[in-house]
Amino acid sequence: MKQDCKKPVRLSILSTPAHLPIVRAALEKMCEAIGFDPEAVGKIILSADEALTNIIKHAYRGADDRPIDIELAPLGEESLRGLRICIRDYGEHVDPSRIRSRDLGDIRPGGLGVHIMTHCMDELEYRPADGGGTVLTMVKDIQSRRKETRT
Amino acid sequence: MTPSPSASPVREVRWAGRTAVAAIQGDIDLSRSVEFQHQILLLLDQHPQRLVVNLTDVPYMDSSGVASLVKVLSRARKAGTTLTLVGMSPRVKSLFQITRLDNVFQIMATEEEAVS
Repeated sequence: MKQDCKKPVRLSILSTPAHLPIVRAALEKMCEAIGFDPEAVGKIILSADEALTNIIKHAYRGADDRPIDIELAPLGEESLRGLRICIRDYGEHVDPSRIRSRDLGDIRPGGLGVHIMTHCMDELEYRPADGGGTVLTMVKDIQSRRKETRT
Repeated sequence: MTPSPSASPVREVRWAGRTAVAAIQGDIDLSRSVEFQHQILLLLDQHPQRLVVNLTDVPYMDSSGVASLVKVLSRARKAGTTLTLVGMSPRVKSLFQITRLDNVFQIMATEEEAVS
């Protein structure tokens, strides 16, 4: 079982909110197979969901028929040590300097997605994709919860 | 059993005096948060003294669901209605902690605690 889940899983979805529960279900199974604890699983799912929501709302401006490619890649050779999630869209490129979380003390609807992703994941990187669009790479280390506990 | 994504986010509304209790069902994400917000705001229009939103049957919520609740809280404060959230799953509770909204909303463990 663990051996099988060392191989990446690739999903191609459309930019419709109806596909989000399907990605969440797949991600949950992947995270459980890698060995993340339930709290980390919840944070990983939330981060991926927020990333996809941002793509639908901003890169594709609500269009529900545009492509999104997702790769879920377990990390580690001998023993699994984490998960890398790559999400590629083909929409308007997002300038990374414009992607920042808002002040949480400002209580108003919206603008929480980036804060959630940076809080929940260990690494987060946006880069322009070849041929247009954006690739978002997020990494979660299986040991990160223990690191948080120590600090 | 998980409700269908097309099911109404508000499963039922019960009144006890001027307290309204709204039982919510299913994931509250981008596909359902607008309808969720609309239904709760309609309930606020009936001027309850207290509005209890029971999230026991909400396994997952994203930031769009949180944004809907922030909008509802803002309207409730203006209307003089006390808004209380109950029955959060660990994942939903974690979302409120991450966004530091757990100190903004009145959150209780159970509906009984909120209504008593």
